[in-house]
Amino acid sequence: MSHENFLPNTPEDIREMLAAIGAGSIDELFAPIPANLRAKSFDLPAGMSEFEMLAGLKALAGKNAGDLSSFIGGGFYDHVIPAVVDHLSGRAEFYTAYTPYQPECSQGSLQALFEYQTAICELTGMEVSNASLYDGATAMAEAALMMLRVTERNRIVMDGAINPFYRQVVKSYLAMVNVEVVEVMPVNGAIDRTAFIAAIDEAAAGVLLQNPNFFGTVDDFTDIVAAAHAKGALASVSVYPVALGLLKTPGAMGADIVTGDGQPLGNPLSFGGPSFGFMASIKKYIRNFPGRIIGETVDRNGKRGFVLTLQAREQHIKRHKATSNICSNQSLCALRGLIFLSAFGREGFVELARLNYDKGGYAKQVLASVKGVSLYNAGSTFNEFTLTLPKSAAEVVETLLGQGIAAGVPAGAWYAGLDNQLVVTVTEKRSKEEIDTLAERLEVALWS
Amino acid sequence: MELIYEKSRAGRRGVLLPASDVPTAAVLPKSLLRAESARLPELSELETVRHFTNLSRRNFSVDTNFYPLGSCTMKYNSKAIEEAAKLFGDFHPMTALLPGGERYAQGNLAMVHHLGELLTEITGMDEVTCQPLAGAHGEMTGIMLIAAYHRAKGNKKRYVIVPDSSHGTNPASAAMAGYEIITIPSAPYGDMDLDEFKAKMNGEVAAVMMTCPNTLGLFNPHIREICDIAHSFDALVYYDGANTNAILGKVRPGDLGFDVIHLNLHKTFGTPHGAGGPGSGPVGVKQALVPFLPMPRVVKKDGAYSLETDNAASIGRVSSFFGNFGVMVKAYAYILMLGRQGLIKVSEQAVLNANYIMSQLKSHYDLPYDFTCMHECVFSASRQLKHGVHAIDIAKYLIDRGFHPPTVYFPLNVKEAIMIEPTETESKETIDAFIAVMKEAAEMAEKDPEALHQAPVTMPVTRLDETKAAREQAVCYSKW
Repeated sequence: MSHENFLPNTPEDIREMLAAIGAGSIDELFAPIPANLRAKSFDLPAGMSEFEMLAGLKALAGKNAGDLSSFIGGGFYDHVIPAVVDHLSGRAEFYTAYTPYQPECSQGSLQALFEYQTAICELTGMEVSNASLYDGATAMAEAALMMLRVTERNRIVMDGAINPFYRQVVKSYLAMVNVEVVEVMPVNGAIDRTAFIAAIDEAAAGVLLQNPNFFGTVDDFTDIVAAAHAKGALASVSVYPVALGLLKTPGAMGADIVTGDGQPLGNPLSFGGPSFGFMASIKKYIRNFPGRIIGETVDRNGKRGFVLTLQAREQHIKRHKATSNICSNQSLCALRGLIFLSAFGREGFVELARLNYDKGGYAKQVLASVKGVSLYNAGSTFNEFTLTLPKSAAEVVETLLGQGIAAGVPAGAWYAGLDNQLVVTVTEKRSKEEIDTLAERLEVALWS
Repeated sequence: MELIYEKSRAGRRGVLLPASDVPTAAVLPKSLLRAESARLPELSELETVRHFTNLSRRNFSVDTNFYPLGSCTMKYNSKAIEEAAKLFGDFHPMTALLPGGERYAQGNLAMVHHLGELLTEITGMDEVTCQPLAGAHGEMTGIMLIAAYHRAKGNKKRYVIVPDSSHGTNPASAAMAGYEIITIPSAPYGDMDLDEFKAKMNGEVAAVMMTCPNTLGLFNPHIREICDIAHSFDALVYYDGANTNAILGKVRPGDLGFDVIHLNLHKTFGTPHGAGGPGSGPVGVKQALVPFLPMPRVVKKDGAYSLETDNAASIGRVSSFFGNFGVMVKAYAYILMLGRQGLIKVSEQAVLNANYIMSQLKSHYDLPYDFTCMHECVFSASRQLKHGVHAIDIAKYLIDRGFHPPTVYFPLNVKEAIMIEPTETESKETIDAFIAVMKEAAEMAEKDPEALHQAPVTMPVTRLDETKAAREQAVCYSKW
């Protein structure tokens, strides 16, 4: 295998270049590396053509289960992706560019990200957005760090009904800087209002909330946000962006920061990544933001253009005093999010949310009617809800997986005493027939 | 060009939803509903397509322009790796975490595991986690692992040492982990001053973060000694893998004595940069740090792959699932295609191209550190500054001539720095054309500096007012 496809220098080119450098061989160029520091091993397979590689990976991908009828969510959601998303984000001028440090030759990415920031503010009811973070979990951790910076306090109060993976990431991040994380565990799949509000004291930098939460419960956190503000603390709400087609925005609840995972907006499930994290806030906290922000300005002729702005917050300028260490974000995934939102548009996005709500509503009714099954959520839900089963949810899930159905996510792995609770997600991609089949198989799995 | 919101007309739409086959559910209580729908753009499908297609044409990219952006390794991104990622596209990550779910995800888990093994061999480390989502995220994960190591040993550590030429992410990542930073100046040989380092090293140093070759493109001849000194204080040594494209098959950080390394799959391993991401930042560690790796960890037992999710010593979870899996598949595909010999040649040709550029531009630009370089070389525009021409003016002129500029004003220890990284995928003709334009810019700096101050003049916009952007903070469309 000679690799000319990726390595264009011919033997003649190499000779000419070495002569111009004044080196006798390529090895001479590596002379700065002392012999005793050379690699002791480099035992890798021989190369191959793209055809052989693709055949090998196709066989490997074939070792995954085929199409499961999927009722699982837990942070990633199986939504439709309009064809334009792949085609337009697949323009190489977008995907083979890098961070738009040189704005004049990067107006395409810069304008798209400005439009993205606008869409995120519209969805969340906020005033400013950055140009994306890594994912929903790290965005929540960054929000916690931002609240600590703004308030100069050192305690975070976190709702235990937040996605368990998000909570784990928040704890990993905050453990490093000796911040106390007070976790208030939920009751019946909803925030424990009294206990939560009682946990917010004058040392609290902020509260972390999620809507809908891990159990699918939808809430209006206006009262909790107000309670946080009364103690001088901030409030950050993580959201499922598709739900914002219908649900009250965190902005309308008075929240200071909004975060979330953008995967549902046009990014494939892809075994958990890449997706993108989004972050928006009210304007006064913009200088405390992590990550890149695109701003509008004019050129020398007064023509509108876009640039990376407030870069003095960032690591390449501020180094250890930066608001975050983030450099590369998830721009291309954010672009996919913008294209997705533009394709559905104002009315279409509301319809998408309503369809999810209707499917969730139907499934909730059908599944809660299965013998011995009841609805666990005390409050309203969107397209995700929790069932109480008459036996271990983990056992039922394993049984139904064997029948090609991913029935939901058992809550017991993260919540003591909730071994019989199953979190079920129903997106617009699940048909009535699939929902009815799930109900039938669930009944069989429970009672035979 | 108009914003998509300015093109919007109420009543237009780009995509239809499938018809509903279920009854309409009862409306949610008003207190839970939004008052007004989000003002998303309303366009036909064609208008959406035209908008984004025309936006894309206002970008330079690797597929359209030479992009010698130093430290970013803007090599060609093969199309076959895009096809490879599609083979794995539609799989829910939670499936593998369900009870008994691992056996339904054996293909994905095998890929993660095998990629980890390949990266382990490439770097000479003992185990690799692919969970970090970008290089800086990998750095932070690496520093968290180091902190966990010291905590487990009861070591009291406060500081992280970085050279002044380091990437900004190094000190920023260490600061996120709660460490104070000690910055060591560079010596005349272009790397961290060994005597200064020895003077500042002490028992409270948790880690020394090195980039090798460093951001000047130079290989540090004292690197083994630095590792040994750090270890004598029970400090660990961190390898910033941003410049791994220079050393494939030549040097392995693990052999040099490094304890932790991150790689940027979007640099060395050929995955696209996506206008700023997604990247992927796998972290490799030596055995002493394996117990602290983030969860979940993919393990192989009796030919089957499973997930270890419960380990009290672990630093925990650093991202939602298993990392940027789609990016990992692309890097895996890249490594499979290149193979052992191909990867060695990658570094050889990257180093050849950089030295060739260095040799040809020395006559026109100051070279503050005149040594054989590795995969990138750093000039200074200080000679041009005498005529009032800055590195940024040369950068803007390059844009008019169809080249993406090199990285400018980094590293910080070089005045008016111009950092050029050609990569191995560029042909001699392209590199010669770039060299010619760089020489032309140097000549113009003497003869017609004003022309350089005016550049660029061929782009959709001329130079932009960054001060106005920072002052006004207009980050969203507001003229509804």
